[in-house]
Amino acid sequence: TRRLCILKGIYPHEPKHKKKVNKGSTAPRTFYLLKDIKFLLHEPIVNKFREYKVFVRKLRKAYGKSEWSTADRLKDNKPSYKLDHIVKERYPTFVDALRDLDDALSMCFLFSTFPRTGKCHVQTIQLCRRLAVEFLNYVIASRSLRKVFLSIKGIYYQAEVLGQPITWITPYTFAHDHPTDVDYRVMATFTEFYTTLLGFVNFRLYHSLNLLYPPKLDGQADAELKPAEGKEYAMDSESYLEKLSALSASLARVVAPSHEDEVEMDEFPVEGETAEQMDQRKKEQEALEKHKKLFEGLRFFLNREVPREPLAFVIRCFGGQVSWDKSLCIGATYDMSDPSITHQIVDRPQVEQQVVGRYYLQPQWVFDSVNAKLCLPVANYFPGVLLPPHLSPFVLEQEGDYVPPEKLKLLAMQRGEKPDEESEEEDEEEEEEEDNNDKEEEEEEESEKEEEMKLKKMEEQKTQNSKVLPVKVTTGKLRLEDKQRLEQEQQSEEKRLAIMMMKKREKYLYKKIMFGKKRKVREANKLAAKRKAHDTAVKEEKKKSKKA
Amino acid sequence: PCPPLTPFPSAPLQDIRNTVGNIPMEWYQDFPHIGYNLEGKKIYKPIRNKDELDMFLEKMENPDYWRTVQDKMTGADIKLTDEQVDLVQRLQKGQFGDVHFNPYEPAVDFFTHEVMIHPVTNRPADKRSFIPSLIEKEKVSKLVHAIKMGWIKPRKPKDDTPTYYDLWAHEDPNSILGRHKMHVPAPKMKLPGHEESYNPPPEYLLSEEERLAWEQQEPAERKLNFVPQQYRCLRAVPAYARFIHERFERCLDLYLCPRQRKMRVNVDPEDLIPKLPKPRDLQPFPTSQALVYRGHTSLVRCLSISPSGQWLVSGSDDCTLRFWEVCTARCMKTLPVGGVVKSVAWNPNPTVCLVAACVEQSVLLVNPCLGDKLLYGATDQLLESYEAPEEERVQPVRWVAATTEEHSRGVRLVVQHSKAVKQVTWHGKGDYFASVVSDNSNLQVLIHQSSKRWSQNPFRRSKGLVQCVLFHPTRPYFFVATQRYVRVYNLLKQELTKKLMTNCKWVSSMAVHPGGDNIICGSYDSKLAWFDLDLSTRPYQLLRHHKKALRSVAFHRLYPLFASGSDDGTVIVCHGMVYSDLLQNPLLVPVKVLKGHAITLDLGVLDVLFHPTQPWVFSSGADGTVRLYT
Repeated sequence: TRRLCILKGIYPHEPKHKKKVNKGSTAPRTFYLLKDIKFLLHEPIVNKFREYKVFVRKLRKAYGKSEWSTADRLKDNKPSYKLDHIVKERYPTFVDALRDLDDALSMCFLFSTFPRTGKCHVQTIQLCRRLAVEFLNYVIASRSLRKVFLSIKGIYYQAEVLGQPITWITPYTFAHDHPTDVDYRVMATFTEFYTTLLGFVNFRLYHSLNLLYPPKLDGQADAELKPAEGKEYAMDSESYLEKLSALSASLARVVAPSHEDEVEMDEFPVEGETAEQMDQRKKEQEALEKHKKLFEGLRFFLNREVPREPLAFVIRCFGGQVSWDKSLCIGATYDMSDPSITHQIVDRPQVEQQVVGRYYLQPQWVFDSVNAKLCLPVANYFPGVLLPPHLSPFVLEQEGDYVPPEKLKLLAMQRGEKPDEESEEEDEEEEEEEDNNDKEEEEEEESEKEEEMKLKKMEEQKTQNSKVLPVKVTTGKLRLEDKQRLEQEQQSEEKRLAIMMMKKREKYLYKKIMFGKKRKVREANKLAAKRKAHDTAVKEEKKKSKKA
Repeated sequence: PCPPLTPFPSAPLQDIRNTVGNIPMEWYQDFPHIGYNLEGKKIYKPIRNKDELDMFLEKMENPDYWRTVQDKMTGADIKLTDEQVDLVQRLQKGQFGDVHFNPYEPAVDFFTHEVMIHPVTNRPADKRSFIPSLIEKEKVSKLVHAIKMGWIKPRKPKDDTPTYYDLWAHEDPNSILGRHKMHVPAPKMKLPGHEESYNPPPEYLLSEEERLAWEQQEPAERKLNFVPQQYRCLRAVPAYARFIHERFERCLDLYLCPRQRKMRVNVDPEDLIPKLPKPRDLQPFPTSQALVYRGHTSLVRCLSISPSGQWLVSGSDDCTLRFWEVCTARCMKTLPVGGVVKSVAWNPNPTVCLVAACVEQSVLLVNPCLGDKLLYGATDQLLESYEAPEEERVQPVRWVAATTEEHSRGVRLVVQHSKAVKQVTWHGKGDYFASVVSDNSNLQVLIHQSSKRWSQNPFRRSKGLVQCVLFHPTRPYFFVATQRYVRVYNLLKQELTKKLMTNCKWVSSMAVHPGGDNIICGSYDSKLAWFDLDLSTRPYQLLRHHKKALRSVAFHRLYPLFASGSDDGTVIVCHGMVYSDLLQNPLLVPVKVLKGHAITLDLGVLDVLFHPTQPWVFSSGADGTVRLYT
């Protein structure tokens, strides 16, 4: 039943009245809908499962009696089942299936990294790998990748397929140390369903782009690839998946791509939409097109120490050309010595033998550029340079949230400003100011009296700066503030009194909301304070090193 | 094909072949001989007298030392010949021992696939190859029978439909069933924030304390399920150890976690605040502290004001009554009474100048001798005009006239009870007054008539611990508050009219609206209940304004105001408009929180009182002061 529940997507429900259902007790129990369980009983696949169970029993018996011919015959008649109808039943429309693709993709990517021994069937792993690679190729062909994020858990990708955001995570390519407290059978059942789902989705997606499914590499690219690898890869069928997973060649189409397809869609004004909104939408569309062609015309070369697959995938998704060392993987299209290379991705502290005419960059540049939707200035990403923080593209700051200063800079850059120089200047100014302050402080340390004197002086300076007679100004201001403050106080008191009159339930709700708001503010303040402390610490260190 | 090494052809002259066979030669270690030759004679071990030095010298000098081996069987040293050395070397290389053996001879394809003209063997075919096999027949018939009976199924044809096809080619809107509408889709995984980055901004890294706190938390309680970390470059990022765990937990969530549609409350908190009339529109009400009456040295328990509003009396734990002038905060008179004053009440009749005060077991009737001389003179006359009746009546209390000393201080009459008195209150006309005794019997409440010096006990049975009593301002009703209920008695008909449920745990005080149709009750569980007597026996509204126990409540005589004082040191003044229209419910709006009393011994405000004509409120507190707010 567990397998059935997983495959059919049946989940427990939280009853509205827990006591009513649970015979008056509030002990935690899980409740399934009666309808769901009845629904499971009607499933034809139940019989298939039973047949399979019987088959396994017979086979075991035959082996026990060492009746090999019987065992062979049984194996020939091995019952099989298909999940097509369940997929169709659970996802009556294609969009429904796309919405639920997140987990399917993550699971397939995880399973495709499993070792080929133990844990689960080799066929499953191969199938997962194939489907994952097919999906990646589709994303490249449709250029639908939007965001990438390097987290400590793995790499998050977000693609937009038919208007649905699909997010998945891939682990870093290391051997897993398989935990013992994980039930792989549950995961295998999920994977079984997910592979079926992903296969159908891939089929449909490929057809929507007029691509062949199962995917074929473009004839021209195929021919290019062949002579180089003829010697090393004897079996054509074996290298097919590897070539596909190299992600360097484009796919064959059913119909030759013609530029007529890309004629702009006619725009129909939606009713109730103002011209401004129209304009905005148009702008967004343009920005999206620009984003899709971010790396158009750039040629990348990946050094052997950088993760090849994610980088190749991301670069190809945004129209760049990419290659790598021939010994690293199949599918390299050009050599490191190619003079037309514009960017070389390097992840080591320094590079010997730099070639003139190309940037040597750390891999974070690619990901940050994709997230920023523009090619970032390269100076921060040279090899051996301390990298700027890598920010999550999934965080959309709302009002009142804490925004890291790097994000602010980035937003300014996206708006077309050039804040870098200004901020640096500001920094310098600040530093100078601080220097002055420091000197003053040193003087101040001599005695407290002087400090007081200084304070007075400062006040005098202030008043001089304002160039108005001091007494009058201060009194006038004070009055104004007082009035405002009084008014504020009165308002806040009125509010307090009104809160007193709230009903109990509303008061509870109100307090909860206010508590949440306050907590948010507190957290934001905490982060800001931490940042400030860090910045000052860094500055002081800098100063020390300068002095030294 | 390796010849045995023992019979050496190099020693053919003296045949000393040992006949002991293949045994461990250690067995002969302790004997002088090493075995027996063919004739049965002992073979003696060669005499060995070489020491290490000799061995070394031989190693250095003898050019054939490297090819000399010791024969175990005979103990003799043997020099290997060239062929023997050759053989050893070949064996060491893994080659065949025989020099002439060719391991790579051309293979003769004897049973070749090409059809030859001659048979491989000349043997004639067996007879059994011409006649059908019985065993086979048996087997076939068994299979046929099994197939007939349906035990064996013939091989199914391989189904050749493609594994993947366009499943959604015909999207049928009818296939969207009720199930799909009922379906609660699983929430998507939370998207990662900045703190999950491999190179996060520095403020997202945990400090040392935060990390410790994180480690001490239960894994289920942690806000982040990982520790944010910073790596200098992508190359340094290790694999995430809990990746498989997290996927597995997600799987478990998907099929084991109960799902429920939760409506997110999307309310602007400002909308929740009820729209009340602005306090400014409800003026006048006291807004600020105007005067502080200092003088008492201990907590001031009770307050009362003269009907004219000119004089204020306060009773305190320092065993004094003090009379104040309201406008100047001057203490006009201090009356030591020799006991804690629990309650004090000024006669509401403006023509009488008389104050009742509870001191321990007695109620004192005091003429403060303040104000109009005529007035207080008249009061004295009124009290003295009493003539004792002829026959002695049985009374629950004793009325005693004051001694001369006491009389000079102002005390006129002493009503001695059997137990301590907690409260005293006047009837609106100023003749009758009621006192509450802390007792558990039916003698808790007594009603006294001051002009006739006569007392009576209105209740036959006790209905619980009486907290306070009140006279109705206009009609012959009497309110008695016990711990949880307020009973309304009709004094004329001598019956219970109503029983009000306060919904409180312990009523502390009670006040009646001058109109007489509304009551407020303060309780020790910090609630204030407003009753509309015409409406219901349950509170019209329960106000939870105070944070601590309420000590006293009061109504204003003219303005629609009521106040409550509490242990949290505040007095809250509310606007309580009662409309003459019976259909319109009273309007209750808090208008002001008055602070001023310092909290001492966990007690704040002990009594509140309104000025009879002005919108002023007095409060007495545990800090020994009386305060006036205007």
